[in-house]
Amino acid sequence: MAYLDHAATTPMLPQALDAYVRTAQSLGNASSLHGSGRTARRTVEEARERIAEALAAKPGEVIFTGSGTEADNLAVKGIHWARRADGRNRVVTTAIEHHAVADAVAWLGDHEKADVTELPVDKIGRIDTAVLAELLDERAGEITVITCMWANNEVGTLQPIAEIAALAEPHGIPVHTDAIQAVGHVPVDFAASGAAALTLSGHKLGGPTGTGALLLRRDVTAVPLLHGGGQEREIRSGTLDVPGIAALAEAVVHAVRTQETESQRLALLRDDLVARLRLAVPDAVYNGDPELRLPGNAHLSFPGCEGDALLMLLDAAGVECATGSACSAGIAQPSHVLLAMGADPDDARSSLRFTLGWPTTKADVDALVAALPEAVRRAKSAGLT
Amino acid sequence: MSGGVDSAVAAARAVEAGHDVTGVHLALSKNPQTYRTGARGCCTIEDSRDARRAADVIGIPFYVWDMAERFHEDVVEDFYSEYAAGRTPNPCLRCNEKIKFAAVLDRAMALGFDAVATGHYARKGDDGLLRRAVDPGKDQSYVLAVLTPAQLAHSMFPLGDTPKDQVRVEAETRGLAVARKPDSHDICFIADGDTAGFLKNRLGSATGDIVDQATGEVLGSHDGSHQFTVGQRHGLGLKRPAADGKPRYVLSITPVDNRVEVGPREALRVDRIRTGKPVWLAAERTGTFEAEIQLRAHGEVYPATVTVEDDGLSARLHRPAFGVAAGQALVVYDPDAAQGDAVLASGTIDTALRATDGTVESLETAGV
Repeated sequence: MAYLDHAATTPMLPQALDAYVRTAQSLGNASSLHGSGRTARRTVEEARERIAEALAAKPGEVIFTGSGTEADNLAVKGIHWARRADGRNRVVTTAIEHHAVADAVAWLGDHEKADVTELPVDKIGRIDTAVLAELLDERAGEITVITCMWANNEVGTLQPIAEIAALAEPHGIPVHTDAIQAVGHVPVDFAASGAAALTLSGHKLGGPTGTGALLLRRDVTAVPLLHGGGQEREIRSGTLDVPGIAALAEAVVHAVRTQETESQRLALLRDDLVARLRLAVPDAVYNGDPELRLPGNAHLSFPGCEGDALLMLLDAAGVECATGSACSAGIAQPSHVLLAMGADPDDARSSLRFTLGWPTTKADVDALVAALPEAVRRAKSAGLT
Repeated sequence: MSGGVDSAVAAARAVEAGHDVTGVHLALSKNPQTYRTGARGCCTIEDSRDARRAADVIGIPFYVWDMAERFHEDVVEDFYSEYAAGRTPNPCLRCNEKIKFAAVLDRAMALGFDAVATGHYARKGDDGLLRRAVDPGKDQSYVLAVLTPAQLAHSMFPLGDTPKDQVRVEAETRGLAVARKPDSHDICFIADGDTAGFLKNRLGSATGDIVDQATGEVLGSHDGSHQFTVGQRHGLGLKRPAADGKPRYVLSITPVDNRVEVGPREALRVDRIRTGKPVWLAAERTGTFEAEIQLRAHGEVYPATVTVEDDGLSARLHRPAFGVAAGQALVVYDPDAAQGDAVLASGTIDTALRATDGTVESLETAGV
């Protein structure tokens, strides 16, 4: 089986799994005051320090959460609530955010009556910062928070986070970035980015599912989503998942340490994959930024084919990939990212995302290249329903 | 796989018969919440999850195919326009004709599959003919009687030889959680089962007369002729009883002047029925022949003389039928007690002629 869906989830790294199992065997609530509690607390704080160091943040800026989605919600809603005031009720987002951000912002609009501005993207899926500059000239005083992902989860395009943060800085507007696809895959320096808040998720970089973190600058306030013991800076409550946090730190440290060599390896494999697919299926369209993109991401459209049909045929041939992003009801909607990039709905439905990860080898790419032409032939004859 | 017990057992049987099976659930609404909720329908997220769990247990891959647009165009819109024309459509039959054994089958064939297997209760003989199921109470050959021989050749009905209660027992034995899930009865795309409300929402309401067909007397009013079906007795809202004290039935619906005519049950008696262009499931016949006909799903069977005419079938019933609605299918069967009655042909009912003392009076709607 060739697994080419590492952006959905990637296997745990052996060292992260070891850390998980080792820590899960020891007793202790990190909030307890006795010896077992202190041992657990030490594990958590060491993990916090290691993650901070790997991402050029301060340990006090790391807030552990139960998922990337939770961290995104905490940042977007929490900062908005904290900064909302008379005449300041606007959230600035982009047209290509993951649902974890997009739906949180939409909820703020519908339920909390926030004003929402969505920044457009160009044909390769990159935010147009000129639109933001113009918006800031006119309405900076109205804005509570700006949120823009570091790298797009579908087409892989990297976003100009430092530029956005630099534009927001003179106005004192905090910038949140969903860096779930970026951490461990491209260089991420929290301090240098200028972002006030950054989301990461464990299972996208070799850590466990059910772990995430928000890096939140100390001078930025966020109103909590969850109320309880106040374990994490009084901003996030819930008993700390000590083994999950230990494994998350192990994965972040390993992924960041090996990022440079690993991204070169994956980019070469990916470029080979794209070149061979385009040779095999000449009318395939390579989406996203051809240069400034995630190293393990290849996103292509196959005109006249339905992405769903291709996925099923490849699945039957032992090759696993994704169409757009998964939908809970199992009903394919044209990708909002591709639509924002100007694709027509048919093109948006005809795309597949192949994402490579740490276990990916040339054999996986070979399996895809072998299976795809027949899948495309059949899917084309089935057409678009 | 609808998420019900029948398609789950059908899939399991197909696997056991040695086929390479893939489970497919059809998403028929862009917004699944708008269709039936709860355990009964065929279109909800919950049903999709039940189907997926059945596929897990059977050990086959499972996918949701988005047929929402096709379903809306070919089934829901047809449903509206048929009612708007004063006819009574059968959406399940339309779904089989246009979706399950057309859009789905075409797509499946293109993608490399050989056939569509469903949980319908019907048999397919070695001769390729569609036959009634063993279980007369569950027989669904009527709603499949729109399939052409080419479609039939690529269809499988693994449940046709088994009574429903045995299918439930088998589901239980196979560890399928849907074993005790209630059957779906109503129209899957009408969430609350309120067909009149569903039609009113789209077709609007307009006050019209309810008229005694014999005397022309206005007996009452209604707020939209599309809410009625020929043969309907309840829901007329008539204050005054008929002179003879007997119930009144809908005899005809005329959308052009929004008029509903009523009368005694006797006036619903018909013995001649004509259809539009037929679909032949067996070898096409000509001339006149004896057969059995069925006029609605799970309805009564009538011996009849069937004549093949230009662009239609006509049937002379040996015993009158009551309440025959235009828009339903007339299905012609060749009786066969041993192997199951074989479906010869079907056609959509255009006109039904009243069986009264030699006068020929159309019961059919005036149409639009």
